[in-house]
Amino acid sequence: MLRQGDNALILSQQLCKLCGKGPALEEDMALANVALDLLGQTRMWLTYAAELEGLGRSEDHLAYLRDAHQMRCCLIVEQPNGDYGFTLMRQFLFDTWHYFLMQGLTRSSDPRIAEIAEKSLKEVTYHLRRSGDLVVRLGDGTPESRQRMQSALDALWSYSGEMFIYDEIDDQMVAQGVAPDAADLRASFLEHAGEIFAEATLAMPPADAWMHKGGKVGKHSEHLGYTLAEMQFLQRAYPGADW
Amino acid sequence: MSKEWPLWEVFIRSQHGLAHKHVGSLHAPDAEMAVNNARDVYTRRNEGVSIWVVRATDIVASSPGDKSALFEPANSKVYRHPTFFPMPEEVKNL
Repeated sequence: MLRQGDNALILSQQLCKLCGKGPALEEDMALANVALDLLGQTRMWLTYAAELEGLGRSEDHLAYLRDAHQMRCCLIVEQPNGDYGFTLMRQFLFDTWHYFLMQGLTRSSDPRIAEIAEKSLKEVTYHLRRSGDLVVRLGDGTPESRQRMQSALDALWSYSGEMFIYDEIDDQMVAQGVAPDAADLRASFLEHAGEIFAEATLAMPPADAWMHKGGKVGKHSEHLGYTLAEMQFLQRAYPGADW
Repeated sequence: MSKEWPLWEVFIRSQHGLAHKHVGSLHAPDAEMAVNNARDVYTRRNEGVSIWVVRATDIVASSPGDKSALFEPANSKVYRHPTFFPMPEEVKNL
């Protein structure tokens, strides 16, 4: 739960940084929309995680009072926004995985998870359609936009595999029928990403390339600390305030 | 920007609406993006809405100067208005 919640939380925070900075008014709206969707999903996951934990903590505790080493998000979501192509590529890789994961989770043996996934899937379907569409437009756009998308893809690819590197927690989830199998997810991910990149005239790096990992167990890149410092400042300064 | 991002007029039929209503306009590079943007800007993603986008240049409007020629004649001839029929009670609100 925590992992799902943290992924959505941090990516949402990243997208919020772009508010008012998008390349066009409509893109600004769309990015904010995606950020809000993800934040809504964050709240559902973290609320459930807090309940399961049973320590009387709330979604706000989990979002604002954990430090980087306690965060369980994948490394890809904490990567900086970069240029717009980079933001979109990060979004597309995340959305693709997110979509197939939510699809799998709607069949989860845990009814609460299935319910959250059901609700999220509607939103994620739109996210994926939009980011895929823009990757194609920019990849198959001008020489400059194509070059930017390719370098974004090359830079982000090594962060795209962490979602499929399962540890004991994941394996337990699969065994209990709570979460879908990594190999299936990865196959769907590669197939969809491959189709979009082909259409976008981008070269997809090899599927067996070396992949970063560590985010899921709290070993993060140097970027997350800055994001958290900004995000948590007020709650750290005035702990326990009502808002 | 204005060269590559033409103006689109947006018409929306809400969930229980009978007809598409003009709600506003936006700039977008093509129809597909115009629909996406209209959905983000104008519908807040209500389920069950229908969106039409039309390039502003494809719309022909009546000229304000022709107002009297187009619409006045009917106003002075009440016999053109079908309002003199006794209506059965059951269809009062037709």
